[in-house]
Amino acid sequence: MPDSTAAAVQVEAHGGAHNPALLHHFATEEQQRDASNLGMWIFLGTEVMFFGGLFCAYLIYRLKYFGDFGAASKSIDALLGGTNTAVLICSSLTVVLAIWAVQTSRRVLMIAMLIATMLFGLVFLGIKGIEYRDKFVEHHVPGASFSFEHVPIPGHPDQFANPRHAEIFFALYFIMTGLHALHMVVGLGIFTWLLTMAWKGRFTPEYHTPLEIGGLYWHFVDIIWIYLFPLLYLIDRHP
Amino acid sequence: MTEHTVSEHSKSPLTTYFAVWGALLLGTFLTYQAAKLDLGAFNAAVALTIATTKALLVALFFMHLRHASEKLLKLVVITTLFFLVILMALSMADYATRAWS
Amino acid sequence: MATENPQPERVNYLNKEYGIGSWLLTTDHKRIALLYLISITFFFFIGGFFALLIRLELLTPAGDLVQADTYNKLFTMHGQVMVFFFLIPSIPAVLGNFLVPMMVGAKDLAFPRINLLSWYIYVIGGVLMLHCMATGGVDTGWTFYTPFSTAFSNTKVIEAGLAIFVAGFSSILTGLNFVVTIHRMRAPGMTWTRLPLFIWAHYATSIIQILGTPVIAITLVLVVAERALHLGIFDPKLGGDPLLFQHLFWFYSHPAVYIMILPSMGVVTEILACFARKRIFGYSFVALSSIAIAVFGFLVWAHHMFVAGISVYAALVFSILSYAVAVPSAVKVFNWTATLYKGSIHYDAPMLYAFGFLGLFTIGGLTGLFLAALGVNMHVHDTYFVIAHFHYIMVGGAVMGYLGGMHFWWPKISGKLYPEGWARLAALIVFIGFNLTFFPQFILGYVGMPRRYYHYPPEFQVLNVLSTAGATILGLGYLLPMIYFLWSMRYGKPAPDNPWNAAGLEWKTASPPPTFNFDQEPVVTWEAYNYDELDAPHREEVPVAG
Repeated sequence: MPDSTAAAVQVEAHGGAHNPALLHHFATEEQQRDASNLGMWIFLGTEVMFFGGLFCAYLIYRLKYFGDFGAASKSIDALLGGTNTAVLICSSLTVVLAIWAVQTSRRVLMIAMLIATMLFGLVFLGIKGIEYRDKFVEHHVPGASFSFEHVPIPGHPDQFANPRHAEIFFALYFIMTGLHALHMVVGLGIFTWLLTMAWKGRFTPEYHTPLEIGGLYWHFVDIIWIYLFPLLYLIDRHP
Repeated sequence: MTEHTVSEHSKSPLTTYFAVWGALLLGTFLTYQAAKLDLGAFNAAVALTIATTKALLVALFFMHLRHASEKLLKLVVITTLFFLVILMALSMADYATRAWS
Repeated sequence: MATENPQPERVNYLNKEYGIGSWLLTTDHKRIALLYLISITFFFFIGGFFALLIRLELLTPAGDLVQADTYNKLFTMHGQVMVFFFLIPSIPAVLGNFLVPMMVGAKDLAFPRINLLSWYIYVIGGVLMLHCMATGGVDTGWTFYTPFSTAFSNTKVIEAGLAIFVAGFSSILTGLNFVVTIHRMRAPGMTWTRLPLFIWAHYATSIIQILGTPVIAITLVLVVAERALHLGIFDPKLGGDPLLFQHLFWFYSHPAVYIMILPSMGVVTEILACFARKRIFGYSFVALSSIAIAVFGFLVWAHHMFVAGISVYAALVFSILSYAVAVPSAVKVFNWTATLYKGSIHYDAPMLYAFGFLGLFTIGGLTGLFLAALGVNMHVHDTYFVIAHFHYIMVGGAVMGYLGGMHFWWPKISGKLYPEGWARLAALIVFIGFNLTFFPQFILGYVGMPRRYYHYPPEFQVLNVLSTAGATILGLGYLLPMIYFLWSMRYGKPAPDNPWNAAGLEWKTASPPPTFNFDQEPVVTWEAYNYDELDAPHREEVPVAG
């Protein structure tokens, strides 16, 4: 009598080794991998639109208050920002190396690269923490104690930046980098889980889909920072 | 997406990965230096061009978009970016023309 | 094939497992659809309750039932609950979840656990919203306009914003699941042009959910941040622009109305084909117009802002684009009408709802064009004309489609037949009640009654009384299906596999279906809407499985 157990038997009966990672509603492992991949890319699309609203707000205010934004931008540390950019780029490399490692059955390298990725992520967050602390000390955190008096507009040493407009810059700075940092934290969580799975030997050259889609997420977080760095830190750095 | 084994590629992907990594670091250095030059309105254009190139490198090579078996994934990316551009462009249609009236 | 009765003890998705745990931890898309059905019906009642209070207040010209601040909360929460917790999920989360895998010939959606997660996310958002309403509510209007919402309102804006933020992720995940399912899980032979147009409609809806919802999510984050930290992004005193909020808000909220109507159009397409016993006229036009509506729908948002202070040049652009977005909808109306031409029309309850949809959606859509004209918009913006326009589409369109779909697929979902006589009566009551409620509002808006006002000049009273009378009738009309659907679950006649002799893979399996939908994976060798084959006098067996 056809029912769920019969259906499960039919899936099992489709010959050969049945990978326990194959979920019952998929016909083949390839279909499952393609579905997971497409699902992650679509999710990244939603993330692009999520950050996109912030980029839109940033665009409008930067054009409106270019001088004030330039002054505010000059006060954040571009060297730290640039270093963080390099850190994330290295972490993206270690991610692809981890995947290459599992594809070529190099288990130790895979685990090493996963750990390296996470270490780079922690370094990124550490540097971010230093930056935030600096901003807090300088009273550049929006709110009651915000202060941005007598800061000249780059290129116009006789004009001071409007503190209210600078506060909008910092509001966007904290929200955008804060949201990005939150995504990094989630990324670290994902990679902790991937590391655990890798340690337990769940990944093979044939099956390592979670690594691939976790990697996609991590690269996306890198791409967001690739845009945040020049837009926030490098508005006007003319000496 | 059939990135099963390395043997499907004619040369080792390692070369590509390290080349892209190098290009990304170079791009970062370039954008940092370019910000110090006074190019007027072109500062933004240069910065965004470098950033977009870096993003494309990550997407095409690290995220394997280049070798995607179907056009579908590229369509997802292009569609998303299209609507993001619409959001910004049509909003700017308002902001840029307010002073006209 | 179409008329055999199933044995009562056949195992299906309903009786396979019992117990609350088997429901709350299910990954079966059909059970999840029913979980959503219960939740959204609950919120429909809540939203309807607020509507009732609004209409009671508006029976008399004076503001005498509630205070002004309370009235602000009533229309705000009516809107928020109905839009975010009823209409946006309704058809996709109930009928879409139930039918999309079956219509494409799959065992389940691509990501069943994410499907369950999306319901829990919806419930969490719902609980937050209920708590918000119970502890004071919100009075900003469902549109949350700044700087009132960020700087001046004394109500629970942050909590409401969070509730909607959370619920939005439910919508995003549903859309993501549908797109991946439609791309990757179609049965052998199920090509894109053999898909039911219900699937095309949900595919288009999912695109909007995926790309639009994140923008309102971040907008709500900004509102919450501004309100909590006094940032100034939307505050003109601090250099911010309140219109930026409106741009970001409407970038989602306009496409959101297409999230609400597109699935309903998909339902109506299926019903019209079945009860006219004809292939849909212009299949590819209907399919592509769904995609076109989704795309164009993203280009018109500032038509909600014509009088808000945007530049007149931008207003021109958005006005023209708003005319353009009406074209694919009109294409559909023409194709539906052509489908009916020389069809063999049956007036079952689902068809009555579909007919109602055709007329009411047309009126709603046309009045949208009136609003898109800048000159007219100056006159009727923020009046009852706008309210009538969007209720014609959201209630006369979306809800009619939802009810029609619930009737059409009820035998499949429950395995029981609903009482046809009562259903036709209910459809009639809903139609009459709806028109009596909302047609007077077109007139009220045109002669100048503003929206969101709880008192009005005495000369408007007759129309308001008519509207409230209509709302009462409409409410009764909605109660009837709730009663007889529940009744049918216990006392209804058992349904055959295909009581309507309808086309579509979902009708080729039992009513109710087994947990994995099909006993054997279907192999599709026929075109969609093959009613000529289904009604062929020699009744040849249409090939099902290998």
